[in-house]
Amino acid sequence: MTTHPTPPLAMQAMGLTKRYGHVVALDGADFELAKGEILAVVGDNGAGKSSLIKVLTGATIPDSGTVFVDGAEVHFKNPLSARLAGIETVYQELAVATQLNIAQNLFLGRELRKPGLRGQIFRQLDKSRMRQQAADHMKNLGIRIQSINQKVETLSGGQRQAVAVARAAAWGKRVVILDEPTAALGVRETNQVLNLITRVRDQGLSVVLISHSMPDVFQIADRIHIHRLGRRAVVVSPKTTSMSDVVGVMTGALPADAVQSSLIAPSPPPETAGP
Amino acid sequence: MLKMTSRTLRSIAMPATLALTATMALSAGAQAQDKTFLIGIVEQQLANPFFAKLQQAGVDAAKKHGLETMTAESSVAGDSATQVAAIENMINRGAKGIVLDPANASALVKIVQKARDAGIIVVTTNTSLEPATAADASYETDNLAAGELIGKWAKARLGSTPARIAMLDYDLSDKTAKARHDGFLKGFGIAEGAPEIAGTALTQANVETGQSSMENLLSAHPDINAVYTINEPAAQGAFLAIKRAKKDIVMTSIDGSCSGVRSVADGTIGATVMQFPTNMGTLAVEAIVKAVNGGPKPTGVNNSGTILITDNPVDGIESKDSKWGLENCWGE
Amino acid sequence: MQTSDRVRTDTGQARIDAEPAGNPPAGLLAGLRRAATGLFAYPVAGPLVALVLILVVFSVTTSTFLNAGNLSLIFQQSVVVGTLALGQTLIILVSGIDLANGAIMVLGMVVAGSIAAGGDPGLGMLVGLAVCVVGASINGLIITRFRLPPFIATLGLFTILTAAARLYTQSRSYPINSDFMTILGEGPSFGLVTITYGSMLWIALTLILAYALNQTAWGVRVYAIGNSPAAARLNGVNVNGVIFSVYALAGVFYAFAGWQALGRTPIADPSGYQIANLDSITAVVIGGTSLFGGRGGVAGTFVGALIVVVLKNGLTQAGIDSLYQQIATGFLVILAVGADQYLGRGQRA
Repeated sequence: MTTHPTPPLAMQAMGLTKRYGHVVALDGADFELAKGEILAVVGDNGAGKSSLIKVLTGATIPDSGTVFVDGAEVHFKNPLSARLAGIETVYQELAVATQLNIAQNLFLGRELRKPGLRGQIFRQLDKSRMRQQAADHMKNLGIRIQSINQKVETLSGGQRQAVAVARAAAWGKRVVILDEPTAALGVRETNQVLNLITRVRDQGLSVVLISHSMPDVFQIADRIHIHRLGRRAVVVSPKTTSMSDVVGVMTGALPADAVQSSLIAPSPPPETAGP
Repeated sequence: MLKMTSRTLRSIAMPATLALTATMALSAGAQAQDKTFLIGIVEQQLANPFFAKLQQAGVDAAKKHGLETMTAESSVAGDSATQVAAIENMINRGAKGIVLDPANASALVKIVQKARDAGIIVVTTNTSLEPATAADASYETDNLAAGELIGKWAKARLGSTPARIAMLDYDLSDKTAKARHDGFLKGFGIAEGAPEIAGTALTQANVETGQSSMENLLSAHPDINAVYTINEPAAQGAFLAIKRAKKDIVMTSIDGSCSGVRSVADGTIGATVMQFPTNMGTLAVEAIVKAVNGGPKPTGVNNSGTILITDNPVDGIESKDSKWGLENCWGE
Repeated sequence: MQTSDRVRTDTGQARIDAEPAGNPPAGLLAGLRRAATGLFAYPVAGPLVALVLILVVFSVTTSTFLNAGNLSLIFQQSVVVGTLALGQTLIILVSGIDLANGAIMVLGMVVAGSIAAGGDPGLGMLVGLAVCVVGASINGLIITRFRLPPFIATLGLFTILTAAARLYTQSRSYPINSDFMTILGEGPSFGLVTITYGSMLWIALTLILAYALNQTAWGVRVYAIGNSPAAARLNGVNVNGVIFSVYALAGVFYAFAGWQALGRTPIADPSGYQIANLDSITAVVIGGTSLFGGRGGVAGTFVGALIVVVLKNGLTQAGIDSLYQQIATGFLVILAVGADQYLGRGQRA
């Protein structure tokens, strides 16, 4: 088990590579996520963002490289093993079942059964306990809804996304990964979801926000991971780096060492050059 | 659903080229001897034992003459498309004669014309085309006569009691169903829509639909005292309904299957009219063999026979009892 | 609500306020639509209203419809398709469809009937059950493993099994003499009214399935999958496993339906129940279960099966020709699906 002296990292990855035939999706990518921070991951299309996220969520097994969760090395075999390690993901769309109510969505796949025979033999759901817990959880996140029994189809787009985020926050013990959570939303609803994300962080979870929207990123991110050509170019702070510089690094117009790095962990030892 | 006899199956098992050579050799042999040739037998769905019996009779007759047979059947009632495709295949295979039990009287006229243009003798069985002259000849039950026979018997059985009739039909666009229906009315001496008809229902000529149709009719008209049924399974289904309703009703049917005749013997069905699928199949094949071997071509619509089977004979209507029926019936 | 004060002070700065999506429509038409949509919140309400209306119409227009004997008859005529439709409901809830259910049932019946004819009705029943479960599981396997559209997979199996039943029986039918095999057609009688065990079984099966769908995690997942397989999968539901279980379980219902059928008509006949597949879909659809999956339930199907039979029975009483009866049923199907489309519009993600 490897440990790190620096501020405790919720998640870390070093030297991730992934090839699909001749295409190199990840080319020695590093990643670090501090506890209780919102880390935005930005990058041009094809930069390898989604490959990185797939490795972190267990959807893809890397060819090489290591992933640490809370300082301990992990080997995710599938999304379930990542989930069991406390990492929850909210996908861009299709994250909620609209015909189910809010409580059912929060507990989908993890339903609670009644105690005793009714639960064990007759597999009866404990609906009231699930409703209560769901309602408490939504309140804690400041999501106001008319009723926990509302079908999700009766909610607006922003509210649906809020349910999805709340679900991830409820089950993610360590990390919540959000893939373009505001892509389909209007301005007002975007703000509501961004506020919700900061509250998720304020509850102590670490958040990874994948987004194309620079204003969103600069509004809530603590640090910004810029991905380029299959690897991490640099991590910057929105406080010290301007939006145009971030875009510059993203597109390659600006070299990565032209901006101030906000890395926490010491840079990993340089890779031995190989053919 | 295309079926072939073991002889053709064997050729399919061979590699394609070999099979082709074998087929060519076969047809060459047929031309040389003019005795053995390919005959196609196209039936309706074999789920119906009547069609199964008819086809078997045809195949048996063909075998007796040493002919190669190729058989096909509709997959469901009224499925003429399968029959058309089968006839196309038979034309391509060089059949000399085709025995056809048309699933639809009109839909097959065109393909039959094509077959006859190709020099094939086409004989229909069980039911003829519309017009009947579209085929060379037909061997079939005169269903109008069969209906008339059973209608007369029902009328005589009821005597002076005012009739309340339930009619369990099959799709009346089917020629056979229509002829039986009309024949019954004619024999009974009433017109379509007469007040004596308490109600009619459309069955699928099986037990299940016979039962539910009769249940509904009895519920609507508890005074029904005579029932016409398209065939014996429908009659057996109707009987289940009648038994549960504890009614005494004059039950008639048409077909003469063995199970139907047994129902006549045990009193479930009062009388039925027997038809003779074996005659149809045999007569049709014999006619084709005769014509192919240089004899006269068969013509016209030929009755293959109808006989009233009942253990309650009435004066003036010729009938046989169920014992005779069991010796001459078809199917199980 | 005990924690609401704390929450308000903690997070008062920004809330996601609940508002109905879209603007509330105005006017009488909108009011009607709102009422209809409200009915839609209780999926069984629509079919139930339709059933009551139809019952009232037939009771008024015919003198023979409304009597205990006829109503008990309607129940008896509903059980076979009604029980098949329970399995069909499960399948349609996961956005599937089963065109093979009647053929599976008939194959199970003739196999059971042939074994019973050999002298062992108990064994026949067990093998018949196995045939139905295996047949339905093959559907599930083809659909989950080989990703074939359910329509095509079950259409194929329908054709195969229909032929298989005929080949197996050599187109014979087997009269059933075993009391045990036909017991579902029996039951306490009061004059013309017979409450058959089959009717009781149908009600019991409906209740059990309603419980499984509404009170167990499996049920929630069935709805979730029908609603959005992607969302279910992303939330950790074993989508293929649940879909397979749905088809296999449907097979159990088909077996029960076959038993019901032998009770009604004590003959295992390969030519029977040719359109039971379509009838079962009709019952499910009229019962308000959405063909798109994820919405509806077995209570509606129960009512839907009754509607199909009541319509046929009542129109016969009214002296309406069979072909017009079919037209009426067809209209009802279109109406039901139309209502689903119109009222359910915008409710799908």
